[in-house]
Amino acid sequence: MDLFEDIRRGRIRAVARAVSLIENVKPEAEPLVDRLYPHTGRSLVVGITGSPRAGKSTLVDRLITLERSRGGKVAVIAVDPSSPFSGGAILGDRLRMQTHATDPNVFIRSMASRGFLGGVSATTGDVIKVLDAAGYGTIFIETIGVGQTEVKIVELSDIVVLVLMPETGDEIQVMKAGVMEIGDIFVINKKDLPGADRLHAELEYALSFSNSAGREKGSEEGPAHPIEMTAAVHDHGVGRLHETLHAYAREITASGKLERKRRFRLERELLGALNRKVHELMDTHIEVSRQLPAWVDSLYRREARPYALINEQIQIFLKGEHA
Amino acid sequence: MLRILIAKPGLDGHDRGAKFIARSLRDQGYEVIYTGIRQTPEAIAQTAIQEDVDFVGLSLLSGAHKELFPRVVDLLKEAGGEDIIVFGGGIIPEEDIPFLKQRGVASVFGPGTTTKQIVEFLESSRSRD
Repeated sequence: MDLFEDIRRGRIRAVARAVSLIENVKPEAEPLVDRLYPHTGRSLVVGITGSPRAGKSTLVDRLITLERSRGGKVAVIAVDPSSPFSGGAILGDRLRMQTHATDPNVFIRSMASRGFLGGVSATTGDVIKVLDAAGYGTIFIETIGVGQTEVKIVELSDIVVLVLMPETGDEIQVMKAGVMEIGDIFVINKKDLPGADRLHAELEYALSFSNSAGREKGSEEGPAHPIEMTAAVHDHGVGRLHETLHAYAREITASGKLERKRRFRLERELLGALNRKVHELMDTHIEVSRQLPAWVDSLYRREARPYALINEQIQIFLKGEHA
Repeated sequence: MLRILIAKPGLDGHDRGAKFIARSLRDQGYEVIYTGIRQTPEAIAQTAIQEDVDFVGLSLLSGAHKELFPRVVDLLKEAGGEDIIVFGGGIIPEEDIPFLKQRGVASVFGPGTTTKQIVEFLESSRSRD
């Protein structure tokens, strides 16, 4: 079968196979991504992140339903952590989305982080391209629920939805640097729990700072950050969130912010891939992994100096003399 | 990296066995997709295709295995997933096993099966690296 043609026709088996090729960093993956690339750029990529147990999967499940009622094809990438001990993983996010399992216009894929930090996996960016080229108009990426380090999601999404919940210390999290900068749209899920209104007030307060700080700098003024309150399991407030999401998408498209975000995304992806490939090249040509113990040893004995050693190796690499 | 879908078809809600297997396989270094109880054969087959798994492990205690296990095998074939290997577990009477194997279920594990036995089965029947 021609994977490219089948992906373009939206054949599910082909899309699923392509995701595996990318995930497993197979040699076929790069030419495939390049061939698909001219057909990408049409999907709205929405990152869903936030603390563990905040209800991200349930929220995504409800958003799929609403998105489907508009007629579009929807894809979901749900990332769960790999075990640092065994390398294995239990991927259970789609458990809450199984009502959509037999809908031919919904594609859900669970991915393990495979040691990559930042709430997603190293290959998520290329997986998005496959789904984009396969015609999925909306792509949700659900990150690992960590709380503070899902920064990578910003580099992959058009819009980031940050999901918080009351009674978990999220009140304190909102005050910390890093978390607030991630979100475009904020959701307080489980709004029926006590403390939801207080969290809302604190979030509003924190956002008023970041909004005014942004305006003083005169940069990236963008739309104000909407805050929505939901109870996803009871289907409360999700319709409003869905409308807000699309209104936000229209706003950033019109203002040019979306283009800036996508250019930034390309920049990050390009740099990431370049770094990775240079690293791989160095490793093959000067066998970094094999030589590392000897380098460490000579440094430990103070027989070598760190930068002299590194620069010498780079010279060897540049001259193409293989060690 | 081997990917395995652990799914519970049928109406019984006893998921202890399925969850135990899911955790054991994770600890052996496999990626396990777990979809919870009361899944239809259609949902299981579609999930297996989307997740591009190598194996589907079905757990059933309600007695409907003779109907549901082969149904999953057939639906996988229809969806182009004939290379996905199906195995089963739960309370399966010994005399039903030949029928299930004849209908495309690669192996059946009863109560008391060790993780090692399952790993041996996975590693000896895996088709890709």
